[in-house]
Amino acid sequence: MSSSGLRALGIRIASFASLILLWQIGTLILGPRKLPSPATVAYVLSADIADGSLPFHLAITLLRVAASFVTAMAIGTFLGIAMGRMPRFDRFFDSWLIVALTFPALVAAILCYLWFGFGEAAAIIAVAVNKIPNVAVTMREGARALSRDLAEMATVFRFGRLKTLRHVILPALAPFLIAAARSGLALIWKIVLVVELLGRSNGMGFQINLFFSFFDVASILAYTIAFVVVIQLIEFGILRPLDRHTVRWRR
Amino acid sequence: MNAVTIDVSLKRFAAAAQAPPVTALRDLKFAVARGEFVCVLGPSGCGKTTLLNIVAGLDRDYSGRVIVTATSANAQPTLGYVFQTPRLLPWRTAKENVQLVQRPEQDRQIVAELLSVTGLSEFQNTYPERLSIGMSRRVALARAFAIEPDLLLMDEPFVSLDEATAQRLRLMLLDIWRRRPTTVLFVTHDTREAILLADRIVVLSASPGSVESVFDVDIPREQRNDPAIVEAWRNRKISLPRKTDPENQAPIV
Repeated sequence: MSSSGLRALGIRIASFASLILLWQIGTLILGPRKLPSPATVAYVLSADIADGSLPFHLAITLLRVAASFVTAMAIGTFLGIAMGRMPRFDRFFDSWLIVALTFPALVAAILCYLWFGFGEAAAIIAVAVNKIPNVAVTMREGARALSRDLAEMATVFRFGRLKTLRHVILPALAPFLIAAARSGLALIWKIVLVVELLGRSNGMGFQINLFFSFFDVASILAYTIAFVVVIQLIEFGILRPLDRHTVRWRR
Repeated sequence: MNAVTIDVSLKRFAAAAQAPPVTALRDLKFAVARGEFVCVLGPSGCGKTTLLNIVAGLDRDYSGRVIVTATSANAQPTLGYVFQTPRLLPWRTAKENVQLVQRPEQDRQIVAELLSVTGLSEFQNTYPERLSIGMSRRVALARAFAIEPDLLLMDEPFVSLDEATAQRLRLMLLDIWRRRPTTVLFVTHDTREAILLADRIVVLSASPGSVESVFDVDIPREQRNDPAIVEAWRNRKISLPRKTDPENQAPIV
């Protein structure tokens, strides 16, 4: 590793260590009941991992995140591209989009449970409905930015629909898709917790609500840390490398 | 046999909202024989690019008829187009940009040969954003020949380059054209460029564009690098139509 790389790693370690230190000082000031120490939370975390409860609820929540994410990305991408390419379609749905963007996530979740019952479908629809407008807005911008020059080039050289989609349209939309996916993931997992808290009998949101009832701050922090770590792993392990790959041609 | 027969009686387009439509081309008729290199010469704004877009099928909103004939029977004619800007896919390397236009049954060796002739072998795995503008234009040139077109359309492909680079690319174009003969329809506003490249020059009138005169370039190709010969021929034969004042038909100074 180069010296600048070592220095950057050193800064990160120092930053993390000072955060732990600050947490420990907070424990001393507030008391272990209100803010358990890092060591206590680490112990609860390892115990919940060992007995399988944390991995179980984490997996359930991640499945809900994945289902909502795929649904929101698919519908939002379709709507966004259609709005970006067809001005009449855009004019018709633009006001719908503005309403949807300002619609509170909590209200959407409650309404979905009331209309569709306390099932998985309602939970996933509630989360997806919150994210679809954001994806549509990002993809609409992407579709508007598609180059007419390149489309004409593809026409003259007889690329055909499939080849044009693969080599001209999708690569042009890729940065927008990645941006929508990254912001989508950041938003969706937060809404999933709310939806689970409101109307599911398992998952991270349900568990956190349960711990809240018993004033079990250590478990709340342990579950939160586990979840944040997993989401960060997805961000740094999948989305960022994908982002770098899609724009590797840029100078 | 003609590779392309052009008969555009009228092409108009809306210049701006509320404004009357502008006539870009009127009674434009000429044909290009197979294997011929024809330069369409005309002042800026006379409809040269519009004409190429009509031939390429990018613009179908006109009155008249354009027939492009394929080399082999039972096949659709294949077109190559070198646009004013290179129009390369930025997410594909130079080689991939050239390869992509080929049909599955085509010989892949052509790509390597064209990259070599255009001096791009070393840069074949480079993305367009990292190429100079001259190199990007060479990729566009290689791409247009890689499809082995029945008709190659070229829209002022060397415009906005410095003269030395432009001249190098013109000679490169002639070199490739000799190796891989095809019919070329090349539009330009540069008389010397037209004389250097063409078998025949079709001069268009100023807006609306129609054929004003046609010249066979009867200077042997090996003498066309001599500026004195070209200049003498040019002064003897060609004068570009100037834009005229519609009120009194006098040239605008």
